[in-house]
Amino acid sequence: MEAELNQAVSLGTTIMAAAYDGGVVLGADSRTSTGNYVANRVTDKLTPLTDKVYVCRSGSAADTQNLAAYVQLYLHQHQMELGGDVSVRTAARLAQQIVYSNKAMLQAGLIVAGWDARDNGSVYGVPLGGTLLKVPFTIGGSGSAYIYGFCDKNWKPGMSEADCHAFVVKAVSHAMARDGSSGGCIRTIVINKDGVKRHFLPNNEILAAYGELQPPLPASIAVGGGGAAEMSP
Amino acid sequence: MVASGPFDFDLCSRNAYLESKGVKPPRLTKTGTTIVGLIFKDGVVLGADTRSTSDTTVADKNCEKIHFIAPNIYCCGAGTAADTENVTGMVSSALELHRYATDRESRVVTAMTMLKSHLFRYQGHVSAALVLGGVDLRGPHLFTVYPHGSTDSLPYATMGSGSLNAMAVFEEGYKEGLDRMGAVKLVARAIRSGIFNDLGSGSNVDVCVITRGKVDYMRNYEYLMDKTVARETPVVYPPGTAPVLKEKRWKINSTRPSEAAAGGSAEAMDVS
Repeated sequence: MEAELNQAVSLGTTIMAAAYDGGVVLGADSRTSTGNYVANRVTDKLTPLTDKVYVCRSGSAADTQNLAAYVQLYLHQHQMELGGDVSVRTAARLAQQIVYSNKAMLQAGLIVAGWDARDNGSVYGVPLGGTLLKVPFTIGGSGSAYIYGFCDKNWKPGMSEADCHAFVVKAVSHAMARDGSSGGCIRTIVINKDGVKRHFLPNNEILAAYGELQPPLPASIAVGGGGAAEMSP
Repeated sequence: MVASGPFDFDLCSRNAYLESKGVKPPRLTKTGTTIVGLIFKDGVVLGADTRSTSDTTVADKNCEKIHFIAPNIYCCGAGTAADTENVTGMVSSALELHRYATDRESRVVTAMTMLKSHLFRYQGHVSAALVLGGVDLRGPHLFTVYPHGSTDSLPYATMGSGSLNAMAVFEEGYKEGLDRMGAVKLVARAIRSGIFNDLGSGSNVDVCVITRGKVDYMRNYEYLMDKTVARETPVVYPPGTAPVLKEKRWKINSTRPSEAAAGGSAEAMDVS
């Protein structure tokens, strides 16, 4: 056990981001583990890079936290020189450059997503090797293996915000149900021209998957209206 | 490897190379430990056991694991004793200079960032697992810092080999908005569960309560491992305890050898 606690803290994870008509939705589970032990069950894996660009982190917690801090620093300096907001493309490219030039030493799988006036909502994948992929939606982390089929089938171009949000929550909840390294709560962020909205879905409000029992809801929610698993933003 | 961008991993590559050539890395003294922290209504409570071990031997039965960082910030350390002491001392010094320069109270996030940057630079070789807590202008804060340089911000946290035992107690007993008495009792209970159920942890409970403008460092808040019986030695025997059976006296020449050599005249030595 002691040996396990000394292992690197890693984000065995489910993360994803999807573009919709006018913005993006980012989603992640909230589990951080060291070996078999859940070191943090309410982790926030959605980290701001600038006001309107966020990154989903997977891999080593230490590597991705420090990487995100550096990208934040450089982007803020760049924005001061620029006198305006950087694009999502710039943020993603910077993250990719750093991952690529240190790829032997870093274990970091990122998804950079956000909103800017030129491209509207955009999503970039920065996987382990440090390549840069512009995509309409992408999934990452150990849990993503379980939901490729679901996402390929259910993502549609030009979704509404509510539909896209529901799609992300459902995809992440399915990954959490099957992947042992993913779990806890579901955190999502919606970014569009109006700003950034965060959503938090506690563990007991996640809709039960096949073979699971729906956990009991706290009295305050259960009385309000049985369908507390409603996921519209 | 050529450094590029913000990272510089040259020393890591060198160390990996040396290790592959058979150079043994230095042996470390680890402290099996239970350390905890939680946020309550008015601030933060930190707790620690007081056992320090080298291998399976208890090296110190009553050591201090709650380190001073700033007047409003303290930090519990687990891992290699030397690393926790030096890394907290380093940040403490840096923050003191920072306070002289800025004339402002230190923030907990500043301490946390300094710790994580240092630990990340050493890629886990500085073996310090920390629970950092304090109260600043933004209220109470509690962080866990891992040896590889990752951090978590949590309402209640545990670290060290006894962290599982302590976390079981927290998960059962933690509530939002605890009062001071309830918080200290819960922290002590979590540490006790580490002391009694984890081999690496033991001895006594240290507790530190940080509230706005006040720190209450309760060293040996619970003194659990007192001696159960009073020690009986050394016994002082009064003169005359042993009976005198025989007595014999010798006549001894009072002239000392040095005096004899100097011609017998005892002159006072000049010691000025």
